Amino acid sequence: MSAVEVLFALLGLVAVGSALLVVTTARLVHAALWLVVTLGALAGCYLLLAAEFVAWVQVLIYVGAVVVLLLFALMLTRAPTAAEAGTVTANRPLAAGLAVLVAAALVSSLVAGFRDVRIDLDDSVVGSAETTGEALFTSWVLPFEVLSVLLLAALVGAIVLSRSTRGGGR
Amino acid sequence: MLLLFPLVVSALLFSIGVYGVLARRNAVLVLMGVELMLNAVNLNLVAFDTYLRDVVHSGQVLTLFVIAVAAAELGLGLAIVLMIFRSHQHIDIDRLRELSDSDAADEAIARDHQIWTGVAGGER
Repeated sequence: MSAVEVLFALLGLVAVGSALLVVTTARLVHAALWLVVTLGALAGCYLLLAAEFVAWVQVLIYVGAVVVLLLFALMLTRAPTAAEAGTVTANRPLAAGLAVLVAAALVSSLVAGFRDVRIDLDDSVVGSAETTGEALFTSWVLPFEVLSVLLLAALVGAIVLSRSTRGGGR
Repeated sequence: MLLLFPLVVSALLFSIGVYGVLARRNAVLVLMGVELMLNAVNLNLVAFDTYLRDVVHSGQVLTLFVIAVAAAELGLGLAIVLMIFRSHQHIDIDRLRELSDSDAADEAIARDHQIWTGVAGGER
């Protein structure tokens, strides 16, 4: 195994392990903090896969904004900071069985399909801000603009939803 | 690097996200499971972009789009969660059964309503 493979395996282990903690920990705030570890490890994976700009966007948007948003939501819904009993539903065995089934099906089909396929990272184009931006603003301009309209719609929707209806209903 | 490395990591992350969505009771933690699943998809997109040497970088650009859509989804989802918390004083998705069609759910709603109005009356 090369150094890149070892590093990627370590980062993948960190991502999967902390993701397991995200879905199993009894402390709700700790789940959000473990999510930071998962998303940070994934940003490292993107860097190893030569997607530099995506890695920094991941750090900025996910680790920065999304986790803060989740922590704010936990705080506003008065989530207890201590360990709490009953954070999982009664259908936990069913959920665990289904998750194991999904993992087994996906991993076995991936191993069957891509067993000896290699990514050649030595002369791959690094997805820097320049190359990604060029692709984004030449081939992907229309989806980009549509996405901006979607973000505007989501913004308006979130404001309408979270506005207090007590003051004036109409 | 073997292509299998990122693919297996993303498959495992996806199934962990499935478990989180199905097993968690707190609505915010369910959204965290959704985020894990979206990130698993992102890792797949980036891995195949690098593997296929895409000249228009469709994998990386789509990853950026998924991140933006996930941010929009999370903003709206958390607004809905906060609205539910304002009206129900909890975000336990096991007890949110207004849209269910069973008799047991009707009784549970009636009981919740009784408790809630009782507390509100006591405060006054």
